[in-house]
Amino acid sequence: MSNLPTELKYAKSHEWARDEGDGTITVGITDHAQDQLGDLVFVDLPEEGDSVDAGTDCAVVESVKAASDIYTPASGEIVAVNTALADSPELVNASAFGDGWLFKVKMSDPSELDNLLDADGYQAVAAAEEH
Amino acid sequence: MGLKTALFDSHNRMGAKMVPFGGWDMPLHYGSQLQEHHAVRQSAGMFDVSHMLALDIVGDGSEGFLRHLLANDVARLQQPGKALYSCMLNPDGGVIDDLIVYRMQAGRYRMVVNAGTAEKDLGWMEQQAHAYTVEISARRDLAMIAVQGPQARALAAPLLPNALQQSALELKPFVAIEDGEWLVARTGYTGEDGFEISLPTEDAAVFWTALAEAGVAPCGLGARDTLRLEAGMNLYGSDMDETISPLESGLAWTIAWEPEEREFIGRQAVEVRRNKDDNLRFVGLLLEGRGVLRDHLKIFSGDDELGEITSGGFAPTLDRSIALARIRSGHDDNCEVEMRGRRVAVRVVKPPFVRSGKAKVQ
Repeated sequence: MSNLPTELKYAKSHEWARDEGDGTITVGITDHAQDQLGDLVFVDLPEEGDSVDAGTDCAVVESVKAASDIYTPASGEIVAVNTALADSPELVNASAFGDGWLFKVKMSDPSELDNLLDADGYQAVAAAEEH
Repeated sequence: MGLKTALFDSHNRMGAKMVPFGGWDMPLHYGSQLQEHHAVRQSAGMFDVSHMLALDIVGDGSEGFLRHLLANDVARLQQPGKALYSCMLNPDGGVIDDLIVYRMQAGRYRMVVNAGTAEKDLGWMEQQAHAYTVEISARRDLAMIAVQGPQARALAAPLLPNALQQSALELKPFVAIEDGEWLVARTGYTGEDGFEISLPTEDAAVFWTALAEAGVAPCGLGARDTLRLEAGMNLYGSDMDETISPLESGLAWTIAWEPEEREFIGRQAVEVRRNKDDNLRFVGLLLEGRGVLRDHLKIFSGDDELGEITSGGFAPTLDRSIALARIRSGHDDNCEVEMRGRRVAVRVVKPPFVRSGKAKVQ
């Protein structure tokens, strides 16, 4: 749990969200989540233009071990997806907080971000799971 | 905390993610199980398999004992060091365990059984051994390391004790040689060439480090499972267990029916089911699209439920998902699997999926 960026917001379901300051967020899964899943082999992403509701599943990451639904932390419209993951799902393992991002959402209600955890809050959730 | 093999500290030093397995703490991977898988298919990898139990079976009655205990026939092992894969059945014809037995000399055999079943196996064998002049000893003083891949023998042989270096390279498949407490067998569980090496626990860490320095990649249970699945090799507890016959587990070939007068345990139960049309088929499945087939998913042909996946996963060599499955016979090879709430197309194929680095299915 050493590399948990403090500028991000976190969901209990192991997604992170970065507020880009222009009404959009970038979404990915945490390093803890990729470590628990093991090597990813497929990532299914939403389409640009899809509208999504906070807390509903809109992507799937599938590893050698399990398939896991990804929930968007905020409602709005998908404005970008990480197309590099189609050929290189391992980017999520190598760089969960960086090159392994999943999609970007143009938020319809930025106050939804207030429902998310900060780094300390998420760290407690992740640590509890490991025991 | 589980039991620790002699290589526990070596695994931690090499960055292994350790997980509980069969009562032991074992490496799952050392970073990427996919890279470990490819190392074995393309070059060489090594596995700590010390959690498996080696047994010595010694005495004048050992051949008679093993011919009664095992569904395959150790009388076929004429040449010293020759190995045999066999099931050990219960009287109902279910599989207590699958194992390898080596005939090292007349009246002396080495057996290797699964970790999770070791105590059960030992209890069963001791119970069956009463009528025979035989001594069974568990060799917890030995470590076991499998070195697998096209480069495995060339990289490992120079690191063996002097007396074994040349003879190990001359070994035929499925034969073992020994020197003192070291035993080198040309066997494996990956579908690649290589060795399985038993050695004194006190030598294990030095040998493991020497293999790593020679370029052999440390590999964990994750890669071990995807390699054996691609090779179409059964996993005890998933593909068969005490409730399932070898006839319905793709293991009919391991039953030695001849000579007819050999009364091995479970013979009567499996013999009445031999060649029956309504036996379940044990088959391979190829997923036609994206996704990963998982254990216990149901297989359908239209509305007919045909059976279920016994072990499924991702095949890194094929870059698609494969599975082993038990299904009713009498259907064509195009079926469906229910996966995450929807039906996906799968095709029935004959395992293995991969052998010696090459795809065997299209």
